Amino acid sequence: METIESDVVIVGAGGAGLRAAIALAEADPGLRISLLSKVYPMRSHTCAAEGGAAGVARSDDSMDLHFGDTVGGGDWLCDQDAVEFFINEAPKELTRLEHWGCPWSRETDGSVGVRPFGGMKIKRTWFAADKTGFHLLHTLFQTSLKFESIRRFDEVFTTDLLVSDGRIQGCCAVEMRTGEMKQFLAPAVILCTGGAGRIFPFTTNGAIKTGDGMALAYRAGVPLKDMEFVQYHPTGLPATGILLTEGCRGEGGVLRNKDGYRYLQDYGMGPETPLGEPVLKTMELGPRDRLSQAFWQEQKKGNTVPTKWGDCVLLDMTHLGEARILERLPFVHELAHAYAGVDIVKEAVPIRPVVHYMMGGIHTDINAATPLPGLFAAGECACVSINGANRLGSNSLTELLVFGKRAAESAVKYVRSGTTKVDRAAADQQANAAEARVQALFDRPESTETMTAVRNEMTHAMETGAGIYREEAMLKDTADALAKLRQRQTSIALRDKSKVFNTEFTQLVELGCMLDVAQAVAVSALARKESRGSHQRLDHVERDDETFLKHSMAHYQGEDAPRMDYLDVVITKSRPGVRDYSGAKS
Amino acid sequence: MSQRQITFEILRYDPETETEPRFQAYCVPCEEEWVVLDALNYIKDTLDGTLNYRWSCHMAVCGSCGMMINGEPMLSCKAFIRDLPAGTIKVEPLYHFPIERDLVVVLDDFMDKLESVKPYVIPKKQRPIEDGPYKQTPKQLHQYQQYSMCINCLLCYAACPQYGLTPEFIGPAALALTHRYNLDSRDKGRRQRQEVVATHEGVWECSFVGACSEVCPKDVDPAGAIQQMKIASTADWYLEHLMPWRRS
Amino acid sequence: MSRNPYVREVPRTTWYMRNNRYIRYMLREVSCVFIGLYAASLTVGLVRLAQGDNEWTHYLNGISSPTGILFSLLAFGFACYHSITWFNVTPRAMRIPKGDGFVPGPAIVSAHYIIWAVVSLVFLLMMGVL
Repeated sequence: METIESDVVIVGAGGAGLRAAIALAEADPGLRISLLSKVYPMRSHTCAAEGGAAGVARSDDSMDLHFGDTVGGGDWLCDQDAVEFFINEAPKELTRLEHWGCPWSRETDGSVGVRPFGGMKIKRTWFAADKTGFHLLHTLFQTSLKFESIRRFDEVFTTDLLVSDGRIQGCCAVEMRTGEMKQFLAPAVILCTGGAGRIFPFTTNGAIKTGDGMALAYRAGVPLKDMEFVQYHPTGLPATGILLTEGCRGEGGVLRNKDGYRYLQDYGMGPETPLGEPVLKTMELGPRDRLSQAFWQEQKKGNTVPTKWGDCVLLDMTHLGEARILERLPFVHELAHAYAGVDIVKEAVPIRPVVHYMMGGIHTDINAATPLPGLFAAGECACVSINGANRLGSNSLTELLVFGKRAAESAVKYVRSGTTKVDRAAADQQANAAEARVQALFDRPESTETMTAVRNEMTHAMETGAGIYREEAMLKDTADALAKLRQRQTSIALRDKSKVFNTEFTQLVELGCMLDVAQAVAVSALARKESRGSHQRLDHVERDDETFLKHSMAHYQGEDAPRMDYLDVVITKSRPGVRDYSGAKS
Repeated sequence: MSQRQITFEILRYDPETETEPRFQAYCVPCEEEWVVLDALNYIKDTLDGTLNYRWSCHMAVCGSCGMMINGEPMLSCKAFIRDLPAGTIKVEPLYHFPIERDLVVVLDDFMDKLESVKPYVIPKKQRPIEDGPYKQTPKQLHQYQQYSMCINCLLCYAACPQYGLTPEFIGPAALALTHRYNLDSRDKGRRQRQEVVATHEGVWECSFVGACSEVCPKDVDPAGAIQQMKIASTADWYLEHLMPWRRS
Repeated sequence: MSRNPYVREVPRTTWYMRNNRYIRYMLREVSCVFIGLYAASLTVGLVRLAQGDNEWTHYLNGISSPTGILFSLLAFGFACYHSITWFNVTPRAMRIPKGDGFVPGPAIVSAHYIIWAVVSLVFLLMMGVL
């Protein structure tokens, strides 16, 4: 087995991974950095983010306002020290990206433009038309090419973390083009593997978002935090789940039910605002969880529009005019035309809520460090938590910059602390075991069990029991179903025996990861007997700060369901209050 | 729901058991609104798990799923079956790249070329973060914006006959990105990039077939970018020879 | 190593038959042969003119023979094809800034046609045809 020795290994080369790699290379050109990804960096799902990245830019905005919007948006489940750090770093990171060439949209005087997003008191979303994530990813990737010390391993699929002596020693990964296992030895590993939206049937997430890094850390004994909080984005195209950015509403798009009525005013987000004059934190600029929940209520009332792909409501942008749509929302225009056959200049487009983002993830502290020495995590796969129970739109792109860099800084400090010599013998032994496990997948006896069946039943169980609204009985069914599916998964045999670019093999490993992560979501949701942010229980409709102003921690227990315990939320200056999205008072 | 049975002829290649690629036919019940990628996923999930291809976002932005569909380079996630001529649909890996496995091609050559053109801002001097963002007017942004839209899907390389005949050619996407940075008001690195691109393997290999721009799913127009670079390089040459004192 | 990437060779002599786009491109390239031949024919004409009346008449008879006329038509056709395809791509090779954007493509193309028409008119006038 080939062994590659480095100082820091980064798994995942999306926004967070690339930002971490650059920060490491800048911190010390002598550091040996290995950047692993199961896809080429520019294929990472960061590219699909559309709307923008939040950072205080205007003189009428302030750190306190961004703090308030984030913490309130997160229903007070955010760690406030982390939020404060994040908000202070945000403008610097966005500026740095500007210096690296990100084509931010501009005001006529040449300054960076900002647009409003849901749940914001002041406009503070930096945007590059409606392809912000794409530009951010390509800017980072292209900038990373500048640094010789960043050694990239593209299409290398990480299967195991190497842990011994109570700390990380590196990881093992299969090079997809040869099918060969490689051992990456390093005293520090940063996981930047993104979310796990694919555990649901209807998601904006790409095929690669299968929670691999979450599962790796979880199995290595790091708890997964706040996994029950899954964000539905209110405006996805039916059938494909393609995202239409929140920028649509930021620019003034409105939501209508089948009667053309702007139903959000019935759900505590009114009064109705005039067309084309969006008011911050009101109506369509309410937070994502509230908007998605309002859809569910409308559907129950029979006010949605039936389509062949299920019930929808209408996103109407026709009053914005062609010029503004083409300037500010060109991608939305293209996507709606191509995938829904709708010209948004002329007609409203049918949309429905769609799984978008996992607030939960690998438990890290404010330094992006996990409880396992040497293991760090950043981006969607991690949970610091700055997102709490519901992420504020456009905080995630900024988060992967701020915490990607932070993870790199922490890793450098850790590596330099000198207590980190790799235990070669133990690492070798584990790598050999990992290789044997991979071989065992190929050697499984033929069976009638199929990957497709297990995957479909998993996504179905998640949607049925762990969707926008949840209740005890349904969640129990889901958790039971997932436990059984984890069993069934072990008998799936590979039909493709080739070593070269075998995607049936990678899909099987991904399925194992998704099942572990899905079970953590369901069990965490079952245990949280309250409603908070994106986690809404029909049987426990109120928020319960007494018992549940706490982070859920799911601990891996092998074949059994995870063990749950709780961690206090860090509160510094904002006591839990009422989330008010009516009429943008004060 | 209107379903149609459609036959897909897909180029298969397993280097471990085969010496050359072969076509394999699959009959797929296609929904009206399907793209070719949906049909491939159907095959992978229900007919033949051994079929391999790259895909991720299904929204024409990650650039993974470029392939030849009826001989045309297309993103399979944007190739609507209803827009293709009736009859068998032929799917092959992108032309001009070596086939790794089935529809998966080897991208090493492009990755090296991309790196060679220095696709990043090379400032005159490092700007401190405290100085805030550069000023860049919408007009300055428009200068390069179109060329920043490249998703590296490599349809342009599969369309470019010059790249097929002369693999040393840097090629459309990498040159378009060179142009993108050259035109950026924050960049001062054009001179460094010229060493690579104002060469025979650079812009001068292009004979303006224009196929790259016709197949580009993001309207980047690499052919236009390359012609503009040729004009600018020519101007450089004349200035250098007619006004040698301008050299610094 | 289990990999063995398969390289599909591009046919060196027939690659342009692969699709219409390439055929159109080759037609544009081939047009230069006819334009070149026409220029050569004009040069020969000049030489003949210098050689005297007899030779000049001989030359004129040559180019007004059915073969000569056919060749001229062919060369004219290719010259037009070359010009039109070239005009159509000019906006992409030369972007002229205007306001926050650029002069629209059709305007640049039209300008080329107008210049073409004007130059043709001047020549026709000089030649006394009009």
